[in-house]
Amino acid sequence: MNIPSELKYTKDHEWVKIEGDVATIGITDFAQSELGDIVYVEVETVDETLDAEEIFGTVEAVKTVSDLFLPLSGEIIEFNESLEDEPEKVNGDPYGDGWMIKVKCSDLSQADALMSADDYKALIGA
Amino acid sequence: MKNTALTTTHQALGAKIVPFAGYNMPVQYEGVNIEHETVRQAVGVFDVSHMGEFLIEGEHALDLIQKVSSNDASKLTIGKAQYSCLPNDDGGIVDDLIIYKIKEETYLLVVNASNIEKDWNWIQSKNDVGATMRDLSEDYSLLAIQGPKAIEAMQSLTSQDLSAIKFYNFVVGDFAGIEHIIISATGYTGSGGFEIYCKNDEVKQIWDNVLEAGANYGIKPIGLAARDTLRLEMGYCLYGNDIDDTTSPIEAGLGWITKFTKEFTNSKALEAEKQRGSERKLIAFQLDERGIPRHGYDIVDNNGNKIGVVTSGTMSPSLNKGIGLGYVPTIFAAIDSKINIQIRKNAVPATVVKLPFYKH
Repeated sequence: MNIPSELKYTKDHEWVKIEGDVATIGITDFAQSELGDIVYVEVETVDETLDAEEIFGTVEAVKTVSDLFLPLSGEIIEFNESLEDEPEKVNGDPYGDGWMIKVKCSDLSQADALMSADDYKALIGA
Repeated sequence: MKNTALTTTHQALGAKIVPFAGYNMPVQYEGVNIEHETVRQAVGVFDVSHMGEFLIEGEHALDLIQKVSSNDASKLTIGKAQYSCLPNDDGGIVDDLIIYKIKEETYLLVVNASNIEKDWNWIQSKNDVGATMRDLSEDYSLLAIQGPKAIEAMQSLTSQDLSAIKFYNFVVGDFAGIEHIIISATGYTGSGGFEIYCKNDEVKQIWDNVLEAGANYGIKPIGLAARDTLRLEMGYCLYGNDIDDTTSPIEAGLGWITKFTKEFTNSKALEAEKQRGSERKLIAFQLDERGIPRHGYDIVDNNGNKIGVVTSGTMSPSLNKGIGLGYVPTIFAAIDSKINIQIRKNAVPATVVKLPFYKH
């Protein structure tokens, strides 16, 4: 199971990469492998400002629909639109080409509550 | 949860195992899309041993079957199978099933795993004609070998001429070194192939031989997730989703297996329904835009009023489009009718289409 040490994680199996006040967000390798073939990623919250824990989108595998929860409050400034035609990138490269959104964070101190790679490893028992 | 005789075999192959209809079943091995594609293009093997098998025997076996089933089983000759359903007394369906005529006065009924007990009790309750009933569900395994290369890939395993077995016909013969195996040209995928009925202690040998014989043809083990996408692309009903105790065979589009050439449970009311026309119908639809319909989503008209409900839905791996089945009032059921599927906040436009969704 690939869990890059430089990223932060949530209990909802999302990863967060913070650069300045912009956070890039996707789902973890563990999440994609549990979901199986991902066939649709729906994000209709671009340009909206949401609080942490609010639903920013949906990821659909063949048999399941899962909500995506925003790890950090802020404005959704970008959706990885290439996932509209190639949702399988989330399976193939969850931490790279399969990233989902970029958020302009309104309160970076919230990042302190995110999990480290080691904490996340412990959570999934990897 | 019960196991099939192959559960540990599936685990060793890396399958994800889920509880389904009381059994631990493989939902996927490598991935649903590749498994789906394998069955459409080559050949795949499914363990569907959770299915139930009843043997109905005796002088009055046919009388009982005619009474409980909607199709006309008197048309069956030895070596033929028939898709049918068990209507209830209230206009709905107890289960759908396949009936095999094994020999004179001996019929095999293959029923859904989730309904084994319900079906057994139902048929038993109608058995005032003295037919002998035996439940073989715990003793028999079922493998489905499906795909356009199934015949070619499996021919080396049997002395029977597989290409000579017509659709919905079967033979009892040798297979993978074992005698008296039912080789049936039936399936739930629309891609051709066979279903193999054998005893539990025979199935491992057959499974291993099937994978070996199919290796040069690209055979893969296929899980229940792909079984569902494959059947839905054909528009085959799934009991518990598209048909149930409250849906009539007429509105479900199963008029073709509901034969009023004989009397059966609730046949008078169903015949009347057929004559006056059902108030609602099971339709097939394809989304006009991106999205995936799911079981339980609302179907709405252009003003946002709920007109029905999705009973099955998925992203079709072959078409790469959202497809589904659902019930709507008959006025919305004509081919090319425009409906909408409520997916979260959006009413996504969809078009009523003809089945099957996918043609070879």
